[in-house]
Parts: sequence; C-alpha cells; structure tokens
Amino acid sequence: MTVFIRTLISGLNLGSIYALIALGYSMVYGIARMLNFAHGDIIMVGAYSGIVAVMSIGLPPIVGILLGVIVCALLGITIERLAYKPLRQAPSLSILITAIGVSYLLQNLALIIFGPEQKAYPMFSGVKSFQILGAKIDGITILTLAVTACIMIGLNLFINKTKIGKAMRAVSEDKGAAELMGISTDRTITVTFAIGSALAAIASAFYGATYVYILPTTGSMPGIKAFTAAVFGGIGSIPGAMLGGIVLGLIEQFAKQYISTLWSNAIVFGVLIIVLLVKPTGLMGKTIQEKV
Amino acid sequence: MANKVKLVPGKSPNLFTERDAGKMPVLECIHLGIDFGGLHAVQDFDVAIGPTEITGLIGPNGAGKTTIFNLLTKVYEATSGTVLLNGIDLKGMTTPQVCKMGIGRTFQNIRLFNNMSVLDNVKAAMNHTIDYGFATGILRLPKYAREEKLGTEKAMELLSIFDMQDEAGDRAGSLPYGEQRRLEIVRALATEPKLLLLDEPAAGMNPAETTELMENIRKIRDRFEIAIFLIEHDMNLVMNVCEGICVLNFGQIIAKGTPEQIQNNPEVIEAYLGKKKEN
Amino acid sequence: MKKKNYGNLFILFALTVFFAILGGMLYTGNIGRQFTNMLIPIFMYIVLAVSLNLVVGLLGELSLGHAGFMSAGLFTGCLVSIRLYGLVSDPLRFVISMLVGGLVAAVFGLIVGLPTLRLRGDYLAITTLACGEIIKTIITNLKITGGARGLDTGHVYSGAKTLFPYAVVLVYLTVIVMMHIKNSAQGRAIMAIRDNRIAAESIGINVTHYKLAVFVIAAFFAGAAGVLYGHCFANVKAASFDYNVSIEILVIVVLGGMGNIFGSIAAAVILRALPEMLRGFENYRMLIYAIVLIMVMVLSNNKKVQSFRYMVTGKLKKKLRERKAAKQAKKGGEMNG
Repeated sequence: MTVFIRTLISGLNLGSIYALIALGYSMVYGIARMLNFAHGDIIMVGAYSGIVAVMSIGLPPIVGILLGVIVCALLGITIERLAYKPLRQAPSLSILITAIGVSYLLQNLALIIFGPEQKAYPMFSGVKSFQILGAKIDGITILTLAVTACIMIGLNLFINKTKIGKAMRAVSEDKGAAELMGISTDRTITVTFAIGSALAAIASAFYGATYVYILPTTGSMPGIKAFTAAVFGGIGSIPGAMLGGIVLGLIEQFAKQYISTLWSNAIVFGVLIIVLLVKPTGLMGKTIQEKV
Repeated sequence: MANKVKLVPGKSPNLFTERDAGKMPVLECIHLGIDFGGLHAVQDFDVAIGPTEITGLIGPNGAGKTTIFNLLTKVYEATSGTVLLNGIDLKGMTTPQVCKMGIGRTFQNIRLFNNMSVLDNVKAAMNHTIDYGFATGILRLPKYAREEKLGTEKAMELLSIFDMQDEAGDRAGSLPYGEQRRLEIVRALATEPKLLLLDEPAAGMNPAETTELMENIRKIRDRFEIAIFLIEHDMNLVMNVCEGICVLNFGQIIAKGTPEQIQNNPEVIEAYLGKKKEN
Repeated sequence: MKKKNYGNLFILFALTVFFAILGGMLYTGNIGRQFTNMLIPIFMYIVLAVSLNLVVGLLGELSLGHAGFMSAGLFTGCLVSIRLYGLVSDPLRFVISMLVGGLVAAVFGLIVGLPTLRLRGDYLAITTLACGEIIKTIITNLKITGGARGLDTGHVYSGAKTLFPYAVVLVYLTVIVMMHIKNSAQGRAIMAIRDNRIAAESIGINVTHYKLAVFVIAAFFAGAAGVLYGHCFANVKAASFDYNVSIEILVIVVLGGMGNIFGSIAAAVILRALPEMLRGFENYRMLIYAIVLIMVMVLSNNKKVQSFRYMVTGKLKKKLRERKAAKQAKKGGEMNG
C-alpha cells in the first residue's frame, strides 16, 4: 500500500511536469498549427537560468524561478519572431525542420556556455517532507502538485474568460475568420509562445527539483514525452494536454515500479499507440471528418 | 433490408424516362438512406438510371445531393437500402472496389493530383489498362514497357478527345480552372466507368465554358455509351442536357421526371422559391 | 517521360563518378583515416535518406521511426554475420546478413505501417517515433543483442576497403529501385495517395495496399543499410539509434527536396560531411549546422528568394522553349522548302 501511494504520488508529480510542458506543445499547435520541436529545450534553458540566478548571482530560489520564467517567455517570443514567423505560409515540414534546427541551436549554445558536465539544480533543498498513509512524500512533490493544479485552473479561466484567451480560442478555431473579426493573429501567436514557454520554465523548476542534475540535452526526453502526452490527450486540446500529461506520468511511474525500469519507456509508447489506434485523434481530440 | 431484389429487365419501377425504357438499368437505388446521428440525411432514395441516360440531380443547398454520390461511391456506407450496379449489390464494398465495378466520379471541390503531370493524372486512373505488379515495375520486365506504352497511348487518346493533349506534360495544379475540371472528368473516364458521376461540373464556369461542357457531356455519352448522373445548380445546363431529372429536398425525392415535367411541378417551384403567400 | 529518364541517367552518372573518385582515393591510399571512417556511414545515410524519401516524399507521410528499422536490421544482420563467420565465404556472408537484416526490418515496417492506415499527420508521426523507441528498448533489453552494453561485433568488423563494394552496390540498388518505383504505375498510385487520398480511392487505388508496401520497401533498405553500418564498428548499441537519428535522416530528406532522389543523395553527402569538415571548430560545428539548417529553411521559403529563383529558372525554361521552337520552325521550313 505504501509503495502504491508513493508510486501514485510520484506519478502525479512526473505527470504534472509532463502536463505543464504538454500544454505549451498543445497551445502552440492549436494556434500556429506547428509542432514546436524546440519546446523541450526551453525547459533546459529555464533550468540553467535558475542555476545561474541562484548559484552565480546569489538570488533567492523563488526569484530564480521567476527570472527563468521571464527568460523563457522572452526566448519563446524571440524564437517565434526570428525562426517561425517568416515561415507562416511554408509547408508544415519546413517549419518542423526549422524547429529541429532551433532545438539543435539551443542545445549547442548551452553546451558551449555551460559545458558538457552535469550541473546540480540547487533550489528547494530545505523543504520538509510529509507522511501520507505511511508513505514519505517530499514537500517539493506536494508543492509541484499544488502549483500545477493552480496553473491549470488559472489557465482555464484565462482561456475562457479573458479577451486574449478568447482570441486564442478564436484563432485556433478559424484563423481567417478571427482576422476578419479584428483579432491580430500575430499578437495572439506571440502571447501563446510566451505562455507556453513560461509554463515550460515552471516545469523546469519542478524537473530540476525532482531529478537534480541538468545537462544541455536535459530537455529532449521530457520534451518528447510531453509531446507524446499532448498527442495522447488530443493535440490542440488544453484539457487533453493536462489529462495526457498526468496519465502518461502515472503510466510511466507505475510501469517503473511494478514492471521494469528498463521497459517503462516502451510501455509508455506502447500505450500511446494502442490509444491512438482506438481513438485516432487522442483522448480528447476532435474527430475531423474530411468533407468530400 | 433484403439484399435480393428481383430485377426484371425493362420493368424497373424506378426508371422514369423513355430513353432506356426497354433496358436493364445500370444503376438502381432502392430505399437508399443514411442517418448522421439521428438526422436522416437521405431517406428512401429510389432512382434507376438507364445504361446510356443522362440524369440530373438537383435541389437546394444541403438537400443531400453530394451525400448520395458519397453513398454510391462508398465514402459513406448506407444505413438502409440497396444500391445495384448492373444488378450487383454493392453492399460492403470499398471505394476502390466500387470504382472497379464501374462507377467513376468527379468532386465538387476539384480533387486533382496537383503535383503530378496531366498525363500521370490520367494514367494513375488506368488500372484496367496498365496492369503489372511492383516487381515488374522495379525489375523493368518487358511487360512494363509494353503496358506503359499502351497506357500512354490510351491516355493521350483520351486527352485528345477533350483537346488536352498539349497540356499532357504540365503540372495538373498549374492548369487554369476550367481545364482542371475537364481533367477531372478525363481522369474519371480513364477508369472505364459504366456510370459517371459529375458533382457540379459547371460550378465556377463562365457561359462559354458551360456551353462547351454541355457539348462534352453529350459527347461522353455518345462516344463511350455510358450513363451520366450529375449534380448541378445551372438550370440551363440541367434542362438542356438531362433526359431525366430528380429533385431532392431535405434528403427526400420530391419529384422525378423529364425536364418539362420538373419545370411545371408545383412542389419543385415551392422548394426553390418558397411557398406562395395566400391572399 | 523522356525528360525524367534523362534526369535518372544523370543521377546514375553522377553517382558513378562519385564512387569512382572515392574508390580511387580509397584503394590508392590517398585519403585520410578520418575520411575513410566516414565513407561507409555516408553511403548508408544515402540509402537511409533515399528510402525514407519514398515514405515522406512520395507517399507524403511523416515518419520519425526510420532509425528503428535500421536498428532492427543492423542487429539481426550482425548476429547472422557473427554466426556465419568462418562458415561461408565473406561475400556470401555479407549478402546473406544484409538480406536477413533487410527482411526483418521489412517485417517491422509492416507492423509500423499498420497504424498508418488509421492515423494521419502528426498523430502518425508520433506513432512512428514511438515504434522506433520501442524497437530500441526491445533491442537494448534482449540478451542476445548484448543488452545495454551493446553487441560485440569485433570479429566481423570490416574496414572501409572491404565494405566499399557492398555499400556501392546497395546504394545503386536503392537508388534504382526508388527511380523505378517513381516512374511506374505503383509510383503514380503512391503519389496520387499523397496528393489526394479521396480522389485516389475514387479511381480505384487501394490505399491500404500501397501504404503498407511503401513502409515495407523503405524499411527493407534501411535494414540492409543498417547491417553494413554495423560492420563498421566493433561494438554497436541500440541506444545510439534513437529518434534523433530518425530526425537526422528526415532533415536530409527535407533539405534534399521531397521526392527528389538526387537531392537526397547530395544532402546526405553534404550534411554528413559538413560536421566532419568543421572538426577544426569542435564545439561550434553543431552550432553552425543548426544555424545553417534554420537559414536554409527560412530563406528557401522566403517570397523574394523564391521569386528570384522562379525568375532565373523561368528565363532558362523560356530560352529552352524558344530554342526548341526555333529548331522546329527550321525543320518545318526545310520540309516545306
């Protein structure tokens, strides 16, 4: 029972991280119709900015995280402006390749600046741990879950209640019609990239707190997993990304605990394939019937 | 719905024109219908078309005309009723199988293979003529050259009937609109259909192009001796070319008959113009 | 038709010249060790790119699992090669192991191809990626393939001089098969599916059949290439053939041009050689690679660059047409005269 609870909590923890990253993938996809392959590497940038802020400059951890959020949001906007905006009308494969190029670029910049050796992520070392039903749970895990829940609620409110949020939904529904209604697609896309990247920066703090060590390639596997989560939930759908992330995290941790650490990735991807075969557009994706 | 339908040649109750009165119909739809989540998109569609007849399918937007074409070509599977092609039940067949059985079609929004040449668009549809497997193609066996040559000749012949032989090497997507529509018809003909379905062939055409299209439609029927079933909003075209017309409204047939009969049918006038205000 | 065949002849001619030069350099020893080590991998990347182009360029489906097929072929082929070592002559051993590797990869291609019948676009892309990762995990966890430590291919390891002829033959085979498919009824059917699936079905093309065939054929060549690739190293780990390799192959295909065989070959050579050429810059080479990649994509989709290119090619075409017309007019004149 203790093991089960612990696995459940760590699954939710990992799932929260995936969900936060997946949200960025899904929002960008919904609005710009592009797979932002470089999104995973934003996590890495967020983590390194945290390290620099706390270790080199000596700022308190919470300021470090905020700084990471700002850096990532600005980075997201810059990448969009420089690399993706010129390709709005280009075939989707060209955009995908550009995103891959941006991913290589970020990884190699980090490699040059921070070197190939791993760096320890310093924050939250002093947070207490709790006992839940006999299982020892890190305080940071509780914090992750709480913050993620708040963000999800906040994001839903933002999307549904605010003017910009409504604009985002309108653009993702029908770009042309949205423009005719006076919504600026460019501005909406910029906002989307900023929010998505900021979420990735928050995810990076939780990732750093859970896995401690950061490398220039740190972002790529969680990035792929989060992408999987976004597709799993139905890419373009915000609740889908949240659900997909959580479910994926749970599957991964339970597979690691009860089956095998070595096979956990294969199991995660296997479940993805099975789900897609049953529901070809993911758990919460809309079924698009091509009109003949 | 019973799959076996007794067909007596020349006595199909659904045939409604004089032209092929004594013959067995090429297409026979019996109580054909489809529901989309409770909505009866098409209901009790009973129509028969003679083997060399030009039949029009008209009706207001959203009446279910294209849905009927999609039922005939198995883009959708019917929820009720039967489709018989030369007396063979098409139940359970796929789109490619139906094509091989002899139904060719064009689309309302042109669907060409835009990045392929005009000639290749036609040759891609010639499964009857160019018949060899992967291995023959890869190993370039003598059969490959023979079949390809024959295929090219036939495709060029088909293109030249519609005066498109000079565009054979052009990219299909680069053709002007009218020629794209024409190429789509040529491509459908290349499958050697017994029944050709044309979905709004005159849409977007100017009067001169429409006149040419009308000639082409007659030419196709006379030359290939096949039946044509067409959806069209251009009443001039429909009334001039079709021997029989079927009017659809809200998924149901409201009238069938010759152009004269349709023109004078009060129900049709009501469907198109609305009810007359009673004084 | 005629024009295309000239294009094919040109590709084969260019390949032959390329092979002749490299072969000459290799066997006369006028080539550095570093370059020798690169040779077989470059050839294998040509095979991988050309075969992936069948899926991405001709069929129009995004596949991110090509490295998985390569890996499946590599490990079975190398295992066969290790078992056969000393039992049969070397050429026979290479051929058999390449065939077995290719066939096993083809079986995986069939399995991975099945979801493509139901999935489209990005959903398919992530599925192929997932399949590739699953293949990787399976191989990493099997005892017979050496587990996480990798398969010891030390005693079947062969130098570039030994592998060169086989690699050349494999490249030729792949290129010729792709060309022949492209210019056949099957190629037309495949491209028709890419351009418009619904219209393709309406003219009697069995989409299922062709999609599976494409995945099987592409996987076969990736697998065969994997076998030779495995013989270049003394130890191979499945972990080195993850989705990053698939992405690398995809980048080659896209930069070379969709459905463009010559483009795939050229891009494979340049992109594989480029990072090596930049060895002097060490840390900066991948950075430069990334920047070049982004620049090429942004510039090639730039309206001004495009219109400039159309202007140049348009002028060339116009000139050719005028020349042709003049020739015909001359001929006609002679006949009339």
